[in-house]
Amino acid sequence: MYVTVRSVPTSTEGEQRTHGSRRRRIPPAVLAFGAVSLLTDVSSESVAAILPLYITAVLGMGPLAYGFIDGIYQGVSAAVRILGGWWSDSTKRPKWVAFVGYFASALSRVGLLLATGFASITAVIAIDRLGKGLRTGPRDSLIATASDPADLGRNFGVHRAMDTAGALAGPLLAFAVLAAIPLGLGGYRAVFVFSLAFAVLGVVVLALVVPDLRTAGGRTAFGNQSTRRRMALRLSDLSQPALRRVLAVAGLLGLVTIGDGFIYLSLSDAGSLATKYFPLLFVGTSAAYMILAIPLGRVADRVGRARVFLIGHVALLGVYALTASGVGGGAWTVVVVLVLLGSFYAATDGVLAALATQSVPEESRASGIAAAQTVVALSRFACSLGFGLLWYLTGRETALWVMALALAASLAAAAVLLRPLLTSHTGSPA
Amino acid sequence: MKRARLIMLMISAVLCLGLAGGYFIYVRAQGSSTMTGVPESDANPASVLAGQHIVFRSSALGAHYGQLAAVPLDHPEGSRASLGMTCERTYATRTAGVCLFAKRGVVQTYGITMLDAQLRPVGNAELAGLPSRVRMSADSSLVATTTFIGGHSYAQASFSTETIIRRDGKSLGNIESWQSTVDGRPLRSVDRNFWGVTFADDDDTFYATAASGKTTWLMRGSLKARSMVSLRTDAECPSLSPDRNKIAYKKRLDSNARGVWRLAVLDLHTGKESLLAETRSVDDQVEWLDDSRLLYGLSRPGSEATTSDVWVVPADGSGTAAVLIPEASSPAVVR
Repeated sequence: MYVTVRSVPTSTEGEQRTHGSRRRRIPPAVLAFGAVSLLTDVSSESVAAILPLYITAVLGMGPLAYGFIDGIYQGVSAAVRILGGWWSDSTKRPKWVAFVGYFASALSRVGLLLATGFASITAVIAIDRLGKGLRTGPRDSLIATASDPADLGRNFGVHRAMDTAGALAGPLLAFAVLAAIPLGLGGYRAVFVFSLAFAVLGVVVLALVVPDLRTAGGRTAFGNQSTRRRMALRLSDLSQPALRRVLAVAGLLGLVTIGDGFIYLSLSDAGSLATKYFPLLFVGTSAAYMILAIPLGRVADRVGRARVFLIGHVALLGVYALTASGVGGGAWTVVVVLVLLGSFYAATDGVLAALATQSVPEESRASGIAAAQTVVALSRFACSLGFGLLWYLTGRETALWVMALALAASLAAAAVLLRPLLTSHTGSPA
Repeated sequence: MKRARLIMLMISAVLCLGLAGGYFIYVRAQGSSTMTGVPESDANPASVLAGQHIVFRSSALGAHYGQLAAVPLDHPEGSRASLGMTCERTYATRTAGVCLFAKRGVVQTYGITMLDAQLRPVGNAELAGLPSRVRMSADSSLVATTTFIGGHSYAQASFSTETIIRRDGKSLGNIESWQSTVDGRPLRSVDRNFWGVTFADDDDTFYATAASGKTTWLMRGSLKARSMVSLRTDAECPSLSPDRNKIAYKKRLDSNARGVWRLAVLDLHTGKESLLAETRSVDDQVEWLDDSRLLYGLSRPGSEATTSDVWVVPADGSGTAAVLIPEASSPAVVR
């Protein structure tokens, strides 16, 4: 069993430089999974972009029905994420657990072509989200298995950049199709058919190209009768001190991370821009994320993942302060805020997966990563609820400043909690 | 082995994208040809609009899908006059009309177009979010719109509506920010939402739906006081009858059944509520054909769900529902 508490397990500064000048190649498995995620995101985001219009304008459902479906769309996946991680770890076949998840989502696209009623649409969307929840843990676990530990940050960055590229291309495809077929049903159907095609392609690339890497211990050395014992072992692995620290920090910072939507709303509330540009803000943030994911992942490999994870939250602090004070106003503020938000995601999302990977033993890797991501999702959700209330009670500016203070305090606490990971990264200070 | 996989991958890619592309071309070609069974749209707009008529959104697949159209009140199933403009929701009176539209693009935008008596555009304004409901006062001075706002709700797992009332084109604001009282207490919860406005004739009174948590209320409001008071629970998307004595709405018979509504009419004088003969779930703000009959849009079942028809049902619970205008939605009766 191997657990590293350090960000870069085997290096001195001299070696680092050598690695830097002679860059290791990106493992084929990472690129292949990046392609799978890209195709799948084209598929899911093209549907997500037009689903509200389809549900309300074409199927003619009213406010409550739309709200309910929207809730399912956002909520289901966090619940099954842990399950996917656990399943992947107990079978030690992350590729095929992820396959089930991707396959379920592809299947839901077929359902979308047939579903027209409220109940059937709800079911189809739930299946898609179940698939998404199931596959993230095993996917990141396989990426970690394929990677040299020293390149984890960069490799997750590569994957996230490809994933985000797909998420940016999806809505473009959808609106291009809708613009070409201004024919109600026909246009939407054509988008669903394209979405299905990309989803199936993603599944095919996964099945044919992504290597079936087993996590360590995958050889059935124990036989069937010890399955239970191994499960118990894994659950105790989840309470490793190193992972516990990462989970605590992720949860603590998640509790002071307010959603993008709020930031955009604050900007529009402060008069910087009209609500109709909301979708453009999402595009801007994603573009910054996509561009910065690889460079920041690389920096994380070099200076320490915990450090970059914390610095990412400093960028978020900048977002809060800028939005609350409205310094400069207008387009300038908006651009800086979007770039800072993009850097925040680039410095925290893939980096957290890398941080979780290095904090758990290999045989409970998928569970560890899934646990970290679930903690983040749940704590951010709680924060959104709390912040909504705070905004309502005290107003926009005060609420943002309160969150900025809370984030600063949490950052200090996080730095203390992560001290073991912060100090040992270089090996020698010389 | 590796070669075999590469070939399989290529075949899958060609097959998937080829089939999807083929479907795209097929649907596109189909759109330009005339479809069978579509009601003819060769009536003269000026002559239809001169008499009593019904304005609606056409859902007949083909060149006029989603466009404004009108039929004579005494001959609703006959040939329709197509008015060209594409709308998601529409409403009209004797002197004016409105069209809520969605403009598709990388950034989707929404707007409201004000129309004159001939339903020609006279002005535009921006709308935040997807169009859901629109109503005008009988004298056309007041317009109420409800839209869904996505992307900035308090929790991302919830949704939010914005209901704005305009007087002569000038916004009076989102009624969510007005004073509301339910069951004697102020409604201030963060998740409160308002939708589906209908106007009385005094330039002040209106009715709307308020919601918080799982409860909805029928509200009566005052434009002057910028306030609303609850009348009863579980009554959404109200619609006042032409004689102003009754109010129609949709209600949930089983509070756990999401997305299932029945139509009901409340007598404002006696307080008596009657369920209507339509037994299917209706998710629309109904329109009164006259003081005794109601109109509403209803999607067809199964694979024809994107086509809806305008149905008519007696307002007293008697009789049965019947199609009044095939392949239409969002009806507005102009007397």
